[in-house]
Amino acid sequence: MTAGSALYDIPGPKALARHRLYAWITTAVLVALVGFVVYKLVDTGQFSAVKWRPFTYQGIQRLLLTGLANTLKAFGWAALASLVFGVVFAAGRLSDHRVVRWTSTLVVEFFRAMPLLVMIFFIFIALKLDPMLALIIGLTLYNGSVLAEVFRAGVNAVPRGQREAAYALGMRKTQVMPYVLVPQAARAMLPAIISQLVVALKDTSLGYLITYQEFLYSGKLIATNLDYDLPFIPVVMVIAPVYIGMCVLLSWSANRIARHERRSPKAKGVTVTTALPEEI
Amino acid sequence: MTSTQRGPRLAAALLPVLAALVLALTGGCGRQGSPPAKGPRAGDLPAYHVDTAFSLPASPTWTRAHRRGRLVVGVKDDQPYLGERDPATGAYSGFDIEIARMAAASLGFPADRITFKAIASANRETALGNGQVDFYVGTYTINALRKRQVGFAGPYYLAGQGLLVRTDEHDINGPRDLKGKKVCSAAGSSSIQRIEADYPDATPVTYDTYSVCVDNLLTYQVDAVTTDDSILLGYAAKAPKEMKVVGRPFSKEPYGIGLSKGDTALRLALDDAIVAHERNGDWKRAYDATLGLSGVPAPTPPPVDRY
Amino acid sequence: MNVLTDNFSLYGKGLWGTVQLTLLAGALALAVGVLIAGFRVSPVKALRVFGTAWVTVLRNTPLTLLFFAVLLGLPRFGVVLPFMVFAVLALGAYTSAFICEAVRAGINTVPLGQGEAARSLGMTFTQTLSLVVLPQAARSVIPPIGSTLIALAKNSAIAGSFSVTELLGTYKPLNERGYGIVWTFVWIAVGYLIVTLTLAGVFGLLERKLGVAR
Repeated sequence: MTAGSALYDIPGPKALARHRLYAWITTAVLVALVGFVVYKLVDTGQFSAVKWRPFTYQGIQRLLLTGLANTLKAFGWAALASLVFGVVFAAGRLSDHRVVRWTSTLVVEFFRAMPLLVMIFFIFIALKLDPMLALIIGLTLYNGSVLAEVFRAGVNAVPRGQREAAYALGMRKTQVMPYVLVPQAARAMLPAIISQLVVALKDTSLGYLITYQEFLYSGKLIATNLDYDLPFIPVVMVIAPVYIGMCVLLSWSANRIARHERRSPKAKGVTVTTALPEEI
Repeated sequence: MTSTQRGPRLAAALLPVLAALVLALTGGCGRQGSPPAKGPRAGDLPAYHVDTAFSLPASPTWTRAHRRGRLVVGVKDDQPYLGERDPATGAYSGFDIEIARMAAASLGFPADRITFKAIASANRETALGNGQVDFYVGTYTINALRKRQVGFAGPYYLAGQGLLVRTDEHDINGPRDLKGKKVCSAAGSSSIQRIEADYPDATPVTYDTYSVCVDNLLTYQVDAVTTDDSILLGYAAKAPKEMKVVGRPFSKEPYGIGLSKGDTALRLALDDAIVAHERNGDWKRAYDATLGLSGVPAPTPPPVDRY
Repeated sequence: MNVLTDNFSLYGKGLWGTVQLTLLAGALALAVGVLIAGFRVSPVKALRVFGTAWVTVLRNTPLTLLFFAVLLGLPRFGVVLPFMVFAVLALGAYTSAFICEAVRAGINTVPLGQGEAARSLGMTFTQTLSLVVLPQAARSVIPPIGSTLIALAKNSAIAGSFSVTELLGTYKPLNERGYGIVWTFVWIAVGYLIVTLTLAGVFGLLERKLGVAR
């Protein structure tokens, strides 16, 4: 079931006993660690009524929900625009015209090489756009460039024979792409696309740094309020599960599709990829 | 592989948690109003006379705001008794907010036609430059460098740089005692630049909001918070058992209303508004209801500089 | 006035901060990542569960939130460390999850026969992993680890917004001093390119020296 099976023998009675001991030690250490953290949390008053009371007010809940809605809004626009950007520049990189190909390569490589935050700050401060636009454009340029590479790799991964057969039938390039290559590539690419969208979703939190009033920013407004006794840790406890939950659900759907596609006979010969190394 | 097997189970376990959170947040099971605040309540605020007949076609900013029907004012959202936003109600309060309201009233905008927008110190020039806000009232010190980028009406208040320390701190009584100490302030503020220039032995630490500095002070991450005494008094009034303001102010910080650089008509109109409200007593009433709660009596407002 | 020559020391300090963050957090991420990868393929289920939880949580947490939790949350918790150390911890922990996955994928590329041969010689799991499998996996994981560390260098820009001295943060004083903002950013971008291209070069060299054609 795992690669581990090649790394160790099926344990005999002695090894089993030893593994059980290790398991107990690990569990004990983890329980002790969790216990210590909980003790520290209680000890530093993180569960005090003052720090948690704000969350029982409708106004605060509305503030958090507005923030979450803004996060999802930025994510939705950025995802849509990234897909369009990716398609356009992947087509550019696969073009037969040298100038188009080189320009597309230059654009894609530049935006992949730049730190996303530097681009967002540049758009926000030098181009003086408002925070939401700066965030969406920054996310689009970066994730769109990565997606362009995903699309290009996906199209190139379709077995040569498919393309050759299509050309042999007398199809033109504008026909080969949409009718033969893209439909096959799309199946293989879907998991990688969704994985990249997880990255985009996580990166919407960069909006916090340019005062876009997204989920983390709402959390900050509550956490930095002296009246609420600066509830930084309670705020993290409330917003982290939501972020992690959204991302895990998206990643999980990517894995599920990948598994489904690997089994599907329609995707034969096409390598289904889930992640690129730069998805971080 | 382990991840693909664990994935569904983990997601299945997370779903109800997410659902419960969303339900809890949307279920309307919350209380109305806002959580109790520390420190004294803001006093009775004056109502300002709205000059409905006011017109300033020479000012592009005013014309734009008039067409929009709303005035957008950049402010701070984390300075008790100066410019503070109640996270629960979204309502703004404080001395700077009152200055913005009285200025807006003179420009023909009643309180319910003002949209306040929180802008961090480092982004003020950007926000004014790209028209995100019509003008900015938020502890904005007038200086020559900034005058190259934005215009200033006023000053409407004269603050001075001070030091906020923990009540158990006895070694710091003025800026000269900062040698080897960590001093926190907002990024891009004139306070941190003065510390860097005049007291190079201190270790500056910068954040985008002062409340994080105050938090760091309370958790022993930094030894002092420095900025204008007006801001520090607001914090000290919130938690007088834990923090105190020490020493004499060691700078002059004339606060102005920041606006787009070329808009001279608006600048002079705001100058007139400030003078008028200082004369009719609005200014003092606003001070007494906000900053005055710290116990420091109202000073004489500085003379307006029409450059 | 020239942004770069006038403020060379400020700029150099920022660049050095980015390099420090990258190197320290990279070392931490490599150490923790390989350890957790070992956990994830170990015969002990409790270790596997811990490894999976570590990777799942950190991979799905926005780095900005992690910075917020570590730099602003931990002090409230009684843990008081310099900002630089906090930033290294946050960046290192986050990146370790990605290093772990790269290493685990690398372990899977080592032919099964290698592990089986090691076992038939009587080697234990730790010996099989550290003496036989990991050295061979190292060759195929060099490129993905290289790109993960490049991503780490780019991600370190977030630290600047949490009052750690690094390259992106230099825009603030330069902006306040009234320099042309476009040129300020051009030189910041060049700084990041220097760091990422150097990393890419080093890992390209490593790959050519150690890499195997598969």
